[in-house]
Amino acid sequence: MTEPILSHRYANGLVLLAEPMDHLQSAALSFLVPAGCVCEPADRSGLSALACEMTLRGAGSRDSRQLILDLDNLGVERHESVSGAHVAYGGATLAENLPEALAIFADILRRPHLAAEQLEAARQVILQELQGVEDEPAERVMIELRRRHYPDPWGRSSFGQRQAIEAVSIDEVRSFHRHWRPDGMILGLAGRVAWEPLVDLVERLLGDWRPGCDEPIAEQEGPQGYAHVPFPSGQTQIGIAYASVPYRHPDYFQAWGAVGALSGGMSARLFTEVREKRGLCYSVAASYHTLRDRGAVLCYAGSSTERAQETLDVTLGELVRLGRGIEEHELDRLKARIKSALIMQQESSSARSASIARDWYHLGTARTLEEIGRLVDALSSRSINAYLAEHPPRDFTVVTLGEEPLAI
Amino acid sequence: MEFRTAVLPNGLEIVAEVSPEAYSMALGFFVNTGARDETDALAGVSHFLEHMAFKGTPNRSADQVNREFDELGAQYNAFTSEENTVFFAAVLPEVQSRCLGLLADLLRPALRAEDFEMEKQVILEEIQMYEDQPPFGADEKCRAAYFGPHPLGRSVLGTAASIRALEVEAMRDYVRRRYGPDHVVLAAAGRLDFDALLADARQACGSWEASGDRRALPAAEPRRGFHSLHRPAATQQYALAMAPGPAAADPDRYAAKLLAMILGDDSGSRLYWELVDPGRAEHAELSHCEYEGAGVFFTSLSCAPDETAENLRSVLALYRSARSEGITAAEVQQAKSKVRSRLVLAGERPRGRMFAVGSDWIYRGEYRSVQEELDAVAAVAAEDVMAVLGRYPLDSATTLTIGPLADVPPPE
Repeated sequence: MTEPILSHRYANGLVLLAEPMDHLQSAALSFLVPAGCVCEPADRSGLSALACEMTLRGAGSRDSRQLILDLDNLGVERHESVSGAHVAYGGATLAENLPEALAIFADILRRPHLAAEQLEAARQVILQELQGVEDEPAERVMIELRRRHYPDPWGRSSFGQRQAIEAVSIDEVRSFHRHWRPDGMILGLAGRVAWEPLVDLVERLLGDWRPGCDEPIAEQEGPQGYAHVPFPSGQTQIGIAYASVPYRHPDYFQAWGAVGALSGGMSARLFTEVREKRGLCYSVAASYHTLRDRGAVLCYAGSSTERAQETLDVTLGELVRLGRGIEEHELDRLKARIKSALIMQQESSSARSASIARDWYHLGTARTLEEIGRLVDALSSRSINAYLAEHPPRDFTVVTLGEEPLAI
Repeated sequence: MEFRTAVLPNGLEIVAEVSPEAYSMALGFFVNTGARDETDALAGVSHFLEHMAFKGTPNRSADQVNREFDELGAQYNAFTSEENTVFFAAVLPEVQSRCLGLLADLLRPALRAEDFEMEKQVILEEIQMYEDQPPFGADEKCRAAYFGPHPLGRSVLGTAASIRALEVEAMRDYVRRRYGPDHVVLAAAGRLDFDALLADARQACGSWEASGDRRALPAAEPRRGFHSLHRPAATQQYALAMAPGPAAADPDRYAAKLLAMILGDDSGSRLYWELVDPGRAEHAELSHCEYEGAGVFFTSLSCAPDETAENLRSVLALYRSARSEGITAAEVQQAKSKVRSRLVLAGERPRGRMFAVGSDWIYRGEYRSVQEELDAVAAVAAEDVMAVLGRYPLDSATTLTIGPLADVPPPE
């Protein structure tokens, strides 16, 4: 069905991956740079996003305007994001424009100007985004949930903190750029791509880049438990987290299947019990969130102040009930959904380039859609229930945001 | 790739772009009804009805509807706008027939009284949710101020009061009037069997009866004005502006899209360099929205409250200088490259094509392939873009701001 995923490790540690999808006209690239917010000094939260913003403000022979103009003229639909582990750069365009786009990204990664005169504008962009999040109650509750549930720095928000962002100097940005380094960097390509010429091209663009060195990360346990954030709003936002296994764990698909019964599709338990049967909210969901060596299930619900307590109670009740097991028909529906979702991924170069790069980070290999399909097929309600008996959802971290705290 | 079309004897139209090389397929029922077809007493009924469609039919319980969609592995949903209610699903080709049957069933919902009361609560939660998140319902308020009493000024969600007061009998009557086959287009795209689709559609929809109900199409009389809504708890100030633009069936729409991209795309546009790149605004964008018989250029801005007045002045100055000094051939070229790439990327998914094929048919009664769209965009010249800007001065707008500032001075 799908072609194998091609991989090449360069002498400096950079890993290139490609999934040829010759039925498409497009090609997509996905760079994972090991410069996420876990690399930030504790008093410089937001530095990672600020440094990422700075890399786009002029690089190589191009100034800030020429850089964006040239990417636009190549039709590159781009997006950048910052997670705990990575700064990610993604782009998709017509396949024939991929080599030129890669050359521009090589400049962005290796030769950003990081010019002092761009710093204030970049800082303002990051501060504007931070202010924007203040107005998004659903996003705020999940940011606070991750911060409390995970140990620092893994629970950090990439949006950063105002004081820290205001304090960043240009020298700090330049110094932080050391985390843009080939060792630990992954480049995933997918779409109508020709492998051999790309291996050579990436060698020419990035092969002579010298590796950096690893820096230790000091972890500090998150507070967990229950916290309420007072906020004037008609709805109370509810976030719930509990620990689970990471993607690389042999039991990952068992844990994932259990979350699917909870929240995969509109016939899943949370949607049925909280919204369909009780009309308690518009939006309720649980999703899997994985770091390299730990994972968590994150649940969200938003409900009017006077109905929030019932929403929390019903949602927690469903999480506890999940520990008692799932039914075979729930898994059958999940398998049907994942089967078609996997096949539909073959219609998106962007989805595949990001997915194979993430796989490599977690596993040191990239799974084809067929391999994932086989792993899902191998699940049974018995295997999932055995996992759930050992690892029932419990020890919940709960955050609410709204007029009144709730009772746990 | 092949375009196929058919009409059932009761008037229901079927349009499909058949692509044997695709992996999946998408189906969508486009019901030509929305907020503009409502009255004050029915405010929000189209959207509420979209929810009720999933609460079961004479043949299926609500639970069964959700389960069957999931059993089919469908990626499915529905949405309601000012003019359309669309029910859609993307599935693998082998379940085409079952998916069509299930989707068609949604359009003949049972509307059981107890489900109606339960779903009312969900709608009220949805209204509250939008009140709590930016731009705090201001998008609908801006549209109301711009269109005034014209049907396009009506709210899609309705109000908490109109939803509470709505009775199930009124919704039943609305279904009879607005969900007849004369208001429905079935659109499909991807790897599909058209002859089977036609046979299944005959079976599922052949007995539906046309209502003959007509949408009122009064000419829009856009208003100008400046309004400020006070929301003390917000952090950022949000500003929305609407100004006249080409309507859905107007050939100028391609030039309008390019104009919006040149002046206000979210990256690399004039607004981007003026406001977003220097960090003066979190977001500043111009887009073109098409309606039946009306079109709108829509500006949206969010920024720190104390910078709002100056930013609004800059937006106005930017629009005026584009009109007086013109745009460059290089800007047109840049915009075309972006449109080309976006069209190709969106066209790689059957779902993207299904929406395009359905909207082209509902608004213009025509089919256009991706290549025809690319050619139409390529044919637009800088003079065409300037002509649109000449006909639709962007500074003649209704502007609404919402945020911690009770009063924002209007730009001159």
